[in-house]
Amino acid sequence: MSIASLWRTRQQRYSLQGETCPDCHQAIFPPRDVCPYCSEAAGPLHTMSGRGEVYSYTKMLNVPDGFLAQRPYTVALVKLEEGPMVTAQLTDISEEDVEIGMPVEMVTRKLREEGDSGEIVYGYKFRPVFAAAD
Amino acid sequence: MRNVSIVGIGQLSVGEHWDLSIRHIAHHAIAEALKEAGTEQVDALFVGNMLSGSLLRQEHLATLIADFSGQRNVEAAKIESACASGASALRIGHMAVASGMHDVVVVCGVEKMTDTTGESTTAGLATAADAEYEAAHGVSFVGLNALIMQRYMYEFDVPMDGFAGFSINAHRNGAKNANAMFQKPISLDTYVNAPMIATPINIMDSSPVCDGAAAAVLVASEQAEEFVTGHHPGAVQILASASANDTIALHDRRDPLFLEAAYVSSQKAYMQGGVTPADISFFELHDAFTIMSALSLEATGYARRGEGWHLAADDAISPDGRIPISTLGGLKSRGHPVGATGMYQIVETVQQLRGEAGQGQIADASIGMAQNIGGSGATIVTHILGG
Ligand SMILES: [Zn+2]
Repeated sequence: MSIASLWRTRQQRYSLQGETCPDCHQAIFPPRDVCPYCSEAAGPLHTMSGRGEVYSYTKMLNVPDGFLAQRPYTVALVKLEEGPMVTAQLTDISEEDVEIGMPVEMVTRKLREEGDSGEIVYGYKFRPVFAAAD
Repeated sequence: MRNVSIVGIGQLSVGEHWDLSIRHIAHHAIAEALKEAGTEQVDALFVGNMLSGSLLRQEHLATLIADFSGQRNVEAAKIESACASGASALRIGHMAVASGMHDVVVVCGVEKMTDTTGESTTAGLATAADAEYEAAHGVSFVGLNALIMQRYMYEFDVPMDGFAGFSINAHRNGAKNANAMFQKPISLDTYVNAPMIATPINIMDSSPVCDGAAAAVLVASEQAEEFVTGHHPGAVQILASASANDTIALHDRRDPLFLEAAYVSSQKAYMQGGVTPADISFFELHDAFTIMSALSLEATGYARRGEGWHLAADDAISPDGRIPISTLGGLKSRGHPVGATGMYQIVETVQQLRGEAGQGQIADASIGMAQNIGGSGATIVTHILGG
């Protein structure tokens, strides 16, 4: 991603900023110009709670340029509690302990090594939600 | 609209061609196809290719190839839709001839993937996904398919070796194809012990990175006779050509385990061709990963949702099964030079329909279907060919 595209998408990567459709009331992430559910113009910004559950996951052993230092890592499809699904890495957990349906929450982490222009990319990852000890 | 027929095919054996550049491999396939069609000059060249810009720093590819192939003063354009570039280019060629805009068109799918390091190629392939919301998180193309496969295995209770039959069938068939990258059968033991790439996808679930080019010459069916002379094996007609899309990102699909675009494009194709799944003699599906074989069979009407993998276990996909697939090795064993794959599927379908598939010949092959998938199911092109 270029510096311009990183800047444009910062609200999405730092705070899961999406939208709610004014017509069908579906939550949408990331923001779109056209609602994918009802095809009306999409509406006001809405920030997701960051809570969700693991829909699927994979431990990646062969990885693309820019991610070699982190290898291996776990990528998941996370179903947000508002409805949308996102693709993100899991953190603070080893792949052996990941389960489908596991509750997770968003955290901000370094996403990849430095890009061509030396930029460090931060964004959302998800970690397991542990029940609070009482 | 005119009916369109294929009167010439050409292909390069799939593999690692370090001694040849992309222009050479494309020309090899084009020259072979033109020779068979008995013509030297075409009205247009359409090239299906995905990665020449990102891996080779070479765009304007169709003009480069037309120039190198001695085709001047013709229309030349590259068509890109990720791994579905080959079949998408064929569709453009088909439309050009069907409309009467051109009389003789050559379509070439070509890809050169072995000039770069594994990581660059992996990053290049990931450009088929959503760059800002998928690839930015380090998911590779294999990773996206792994996410589908993991969930599929969970929902439908598939054992670890549940997809092995797809890989075993592909390699058994590829062993009979002199143009295949891998010409050796594999055992269940090989599959089970294969190293993981992105869990649960192992090397034997995944098609290989490679170089290749395949081409076909298209003319109006009413003019095909002019090209089918002497020892020519005969024209093969394009009975149907259809394409459909889905969300580019896997995470935006209504049902990530169903290939809606495969369903829509195959239904359109069945309608156009006036055929049903039962009429199809064999099916060249897009087995880039074994999970894609299962999903393709489900979306095209050969299995119910969640049951596609049974067809491999029951051997319904073998050359004498109910619906033979990957008859000359498929993407798994013939190889998956991404932008070229759709045209290899077409060339192999023509070989089968002409009865020229050698040891891999399907008995009484009269109608063949080829389906080419771009991205994790975002662009799906279906062609049905007949004698
Ligand atoms: Zn809406």
